Amino acid sequence: MTAVQTVLDVVAIAFLLVGSLMALAAGMGLVRFPDVISRLHAGTKPQVAGVLLITVGGAIRLVGTPVVWMLLLGGLLQLLTVPVSAHMISRIAYRRRHVRRDLLVVHEAGFLGLVGPDADDPPGDQPADAPRDQRDRG
Amino acid sequence: MSPGPLVGRRARQLPLIGWLVLIWVLLWGTWSWANVLSGLLVAVLVTRVLPLPGITEHARFRPLAVLAFLGDFLRDLAVSSAQVAWAALRAGGRVRSAVIVVELRTDSDLLLTVIAETLSLVPGSLVLDIDRTHRTMLVHVLPVETEDDVDRQRAEVLAVEELVVRAFGSAREIAALDEPRQPAPADPDGRTT
Amino acid sequence: MTLVWVAAYSMLSAGAALAMVRVWLGPSLLDRVVATETLLAIIAAGVAVYAALARDSAVVPVLLVVALLGFVGAVSVVRYVGGMLLMSGDDDGQGAGLPPAAEQSTEGR
Repeated sequence: MTAVQTVLDVVAIAFLLVGSLMALAAGMGLVRFPDVISRLHAGTKPQVAGVLLITVGGAIRLVGTPVVWMLLLGGLLQLLTVPVSAHMISRIAYRRRHVRRDLLVVHEAGFLGLVGPDADDPPGDQPADAPRDQRDRG
Repeated sequence: MSPGPLVGRRARQLPLIGWLVLIWVLLWGTWSWANVLSGLLVAVLVTRVLPLPGITEHARFRPLAVLAFLGDFLRDLAVSSAQVAWAALRAGGRVRSAVIVVELRTDSDLLLTVIAETLSLVPGSLVLDIDRTHRTMLVHVLPVETEDDVDRQRAEVLAVEELVVRAFGSAREIAALDEPRQPAPADPDGRTT
Repeated sequence: MTLVWVAAYSMLSAGAALAMVRVWLGPSLLDRVVATETLLAIIAAGVAVYAALARDSAVVPVLLVVALLGFVGAVSVVRYVGGMLLMSGDDDGQGAGLPPAAEQSTEGR
């Protein structure tokens, strides 16, 4: 084993271990954070960073085989898909009042989308945002 | 400058088709003409059968600014992951968060999408809702202890916006970054601590 | 090398176990969606760690499938919750059988 390979292996293994630590942190955050959106923070940032680190570490270990690109594609897809689902979840969670408002340092009002005649019934593209008359009929 | 609607539609779909072919080839793992051609076939089929609404504006691509954006993105991802991980792992204390309203200067669907996606990953923020007409975002920020942290997080959101616009926005949108924004409604009752 | 295997997999399995705890505790459907998505991402990470440490490239497609399954699953369940909100006349979906939101339960797990 050449020296370069040894260095690469050490780097790859460091990536794998830090990535695993991030997965552990995500699990801890899921259990310890107080409300859905805080837990979502734990489920997105450390999780994505962890999977990204692990795929890069794996790509370094597997360099030369055709699956390297597939591994990196897996990491890239995480980067693209996690924010989308996180946004969908956080939007519904906020509308269903899943935020522990007593634990907020600052809760700013004045979000123009939620004041005025539509304040209780904001228009949108989610099924939950259908006009109220349709909503009642279900 | 502006081609006919049909030609424009085809031209706008080229990046999408290229991206689909790239994914197809990456999935197969090897670069061969058979893979590229079959990928092209599948991509055209997919875009025919499941058409997407065309993006109305053209995205610019400034290589240097994109590199700056990517570098900053990766650094922010590392920093915010470490912050959230530390908040999760440290002993004792319940993590505090805040919901803030950020007024953006950008008025482009494409850029707002990129900004919102980026904000959900970095820096400690999560987009709850977007008011498209008033260009405001409702953002949940996580490791927050004091009101100073809130101001810092708001500055970071605006910094992300600036990086994205400089990387992908048109000249007019970059100029809009420096225009004075409309004064935010100074409403002390709006803040509850 | 054995040490690396043990260290990586003990951290990953602890993370997965904690995610399972959150799936079990709930208390709301959205908590479980978040936890399940994280659990699937941790499983994908575990597959990738195996591929990297054993230099075994055969399992990599599994990783892609698991990662995409997490996304599709989360999105469809969230849209389903949105549909339940649509069915219920009130704002928080309790009329359609959704459990009370975190803010309304005082214990705050």
